[in-house]
Amino acid sequence: MSEALSLSAAAAAAGVRAGELDPAELWHGFRTRAAGDDCNAFVWVAPDGEPPAIERDAPLAGVPVAVKDLFCTKGVPSQAGSRILAGYRPPYDATSVERLNAAGAPLLAKTNQDEFAMGSSTENSAYGPTLNPWDRARVPGGSSGGSAAAVAAGSAPWAIGTDTGGSIRQPAALCGIVGLKPTYGAISRYGMIAFASSLDQAGPLTRDVTDAALLLGAMVGKDPCDSTSVGLPEPVRLPSRSDLRGVRLGVPEELTGEGIEPGVLASFDATLDVARELGATVEPCRLPHAPHALSAYYLIAPAEASSNLARYDGVRYGFRADGARDLLHMYTETREHGFGAEVKRRIMLGTYALSSGYYDAYYGRAQKVRTRISEDFKAAWERFDFIATPTAPSVAFELGAKTADPLAMYLNDFCTVPMSLAGIPGISIPSGLSEGLPVGFQLAGPAFSENALLDAAYAVEGAIGFDAAPWRRAA
Amino acid sequence: MTAWEPVIGLEIHVQLDTRTKMFCGCELSFGKPPNTRTCPVCLGLPGTLPVVNAQAVHYGLMMGLALGCEIAPRSIFHRKNYFYPDQAKNYQISQYDIPLCSGGRLGDVRLHRIHLEEDAAKLVHIGESGRIHGSDASIVDYNRGGTPLCEIVTEPDIHSAEQAREWLNLLRVTLRQLGVSDVNMEEGSLRCDANVSVRPAGSSELGTKTELKNMNSFRFLERGIKAEIERQVALLEAGEPVVQETLHFDPSSGRLSSLRSKEEAHDYRYFPEPDLVPLAPTDAMLAAARAALPELPAERAARYERDWGLSVDAARLLAYEPRWGDYFEAVAGDLADGRAAANWVEQLRARIGAESDPAASRVSPRALAQLVALVGSKRVNAGAARRVLDRLVADGGEPGAIVEREGLGSIDGGDELAGIVAAAIAANAGAAEKVRGGNDKAMGPIVGFVMRETKGRADGGEVGRLIREQLGL
Repeated sequence: MSEALSLSAAAAAAGVRAGELDPAELWHGFRTRAAGDDCNAFVWVAPDGEPPAIERDAPLAGVPVAVKDLFCTKGVPSQAGSRILAGYRPPYDATSVERLNAAGAPLLAKTNQDEFAMGSSTENSAYGPTLNPWDRARVPGGSSGGSAAAVAAGSAPWAIGTDTGGSIRQPAALCGIVGLKPTYGAISRYGMIAFASSLDQAGPLTRDVTDAALLLGAMVGKDPCDSTSVGLPEPVRLPSRSDLRGVRLGVPEELTGEGIEPGVLASFDATLDVARELGATVEPCRLPHAPHALSAYYLIAPAEASSNLARYDGVRYGFRADGARDLLHMYTETREHGFGAEVKRRIMLGTYALSSGYYDAYYGRAQKVRTRISEDFKAAWERFDFIATPTAPSVAFELGAKTADPLAMYLNDFCTVPMSLAGIPGISIPSGLSEGLPVGFQLAGPAFSENALLDAAYAVEGAIGFDAAPWRRAA
Repeated sequence: MTAWEPVIGLEIHVQLDTRTKMFCGCELSFGKPPNTRTCPVCLGLPGTLPVVNAQAVHYGLMMGLALGCEIAPRSIFHRKNYFYPDQAKNYQISQYDIPLCSGGRLGDVRLHRIHLEEDAAKLVHIGESGRIHGSDASIVDYNRGGTPLCEIVTEPDIHSAEQAREWLNLLRVTLRQLGVSDVNMEEGSLRCDANVSVRPAGSSELGTKTELKNMNSFRFLERGIKAEIERQVALLEAGEPVVQETLHFDPSSGRLSSLRSKEEAHDYRYFPEPDLVPLAPTDAMLAAARAALPELPAERAARYERDWGLSVDAARLLAYEPRWGDYFEAVAGDLADGRAAANWVEQLRARIGAESDPAASRVSPRALAQLVALVGSKRVNAGAARRVLDRLVADGGEPGAIVEREGLGSIDGGDELAGIVAAAIAANAGAAEKVRGGNDKAMGPIVGFVMRETKGRADGGEVGRLIREQLGL
């Protein structure tokens, strides 16, 4: 059995389709592992019992999927890591969850996350921090830390998460797995509990690039329930490329210098060598406005969040504080006790940034920076096919190391936020170890270049042959 | 004594008569059990997203085109943030700096803008106060939440309470003709706030304005504005300033009370709604809106004046009520005298009531046209024709047959009428003498005698001619 659980999800799906694997065994095996998880990766695991009926011919062929808590799942707790949604069970499924089910992937579990996806360590969860399977004294990254830890630990074959400023790519990097943030609009946001609407994007966290392509293909598409969704211009192909001949990689000076750990830089440089050996040209490039990305992001995302999170007021659902004197008191008590510190910090930042008299100086100016960053990337695409950076400036850090210093925590997203602001796709693949912990290598491409990006990442993945994941050791 | 000029601008909210809500698929409702027309989107459940109602946009474009507005090539939705249980999301999706329509005009009032937004839910406060403060509990009915609203803002081109009322009525009949709304003030599908200020007549500067709310009928609108103008004039004449504030009109007392002062002014933290893409009407959308435009009441009234020679009042009376306008046009048809047709349609209107549908009455347009023709050719005089109309209203039928059956035809200038006139002169010798002396008004008793004898069937003009003839004038 453990052999089946060690397969990549794509291989498991192929096994089910070929009649060589029993999907019920797959289900029970992963369910048992998820229920026994010791990383606090899950906030809900499907109950023991009959496995969901699946169609063997479906593209995902019964390989169960772990889903980040903030995706609405009908009748199943969907709390976005927050106390304010304690016990909340939505009456509907998020579009992406519905699509995964339709493609044959049943819901295995809901994964832990930073509250409302605000964080880079999964320590900001009302349901306790998630631990990194590589070293349980360290964080898995965040905010999709539960999804990343579950896949890294082998307790889920694959998972989905969301990425607003790096929340898929950074935990994937810190847990030594693959994480893809697609082009903004590729996947419907309907049913994703919103953090920052103009940035939030769902995507896969998987054991390898092929799994990421397979899962992505099942999720993409325009959705009549999400006006900002557009889908992808062509179907997602399974990657097959084994070289990078003719591929031009740009390495932005602004994202590969100061602030990156030496061990991370060493792994990054080694990966660039691998790319060269595969036939790629590697040259420095400029993204002049990228150093301002974090500042712009921490105005735009909190501004949108301050409005998106206004609905959690105790009136209709979720947590409501007892003993309120009047309406205003009910609002303030509910939100005081329902939200965690980081969420409250960002609501205050965002409220301030949108205030009359400050709007132009903060939100307005941040939007201008965002436009400049998009233009930087557009200029880069004239000379390069992809941009390469380390995914995160460091390997997984110790629990509690950055909780007292929000700015230090925010710097985790230094290399991933520019792509989020530009709405372009980025993928993180494991490039090796530093101090025994995984390092992520990020490739980013133009909007809607997912197929080419997956192909390039697949070629690099094959050449690196990263084979140290905890789930492989468990097997 | 200074003469004061009121300056008034109106802010009108109209519920659009679409099938579904502004941003979700819930059907619109009025008077349905509370919270039965809701879904995850209009309840603001976590994870839900709005989608713009295409029919509401179509109606917005129709209004913009009908009122001569400029249509924005890309208009934007914004979020208006405020905490209150009447908005499930604690923000309202509205339009802010780039509305769907700008400028335009209706009648003698210029429009500032027209934009689309969503209506709030209905709150009921349990307890004596009737307001949220001091109530025992408040309950929310989200049925109305998310109903498509269009906000129409005028320029301050109105200068009296009467004009405000008349113009709002023109807007109401225009929107009804467009078919975009029920425009019913009592049911709340038409709501009007007024910005009122006064200034010395002849001045071009604007005085400090106040905003009047809760005037939920045409009568209250006129009364509220009138009361506010009087209040402001009294303040200014006493040398006191007008304070900028929002005033709540109380229909039972006719008084205005302060709703909230400027210190409590909200900061709505408007920002572009990131869940929606800009609204960019295509050529096909504009063409569809243009093709759907009916003739509007103001155009129709102008046509009645121009083509039928109707007075301004008669033209409006018929043109502003489409059913009566349609009926009038069916009666007037090929008749040469449109004014006579209008006159007889008004006679019918007085008999069956303005609210009735003339097409559903017993009087067919053809029958009324025949009656107009009978009067025009002097085969029936006016008095007899009114009796024919009474018969038609009661029983229907053909005017010719009624005239025949009831003997109401005019007695034209034959020997019979000449004989009756002679008898009338003989019976009123005194009056006859005065007429001979040049006093035409003295003819009354003689004419009255003839009419009594003929039971009103004689033609007044012919009788007068015969009297003068027989008196040798």
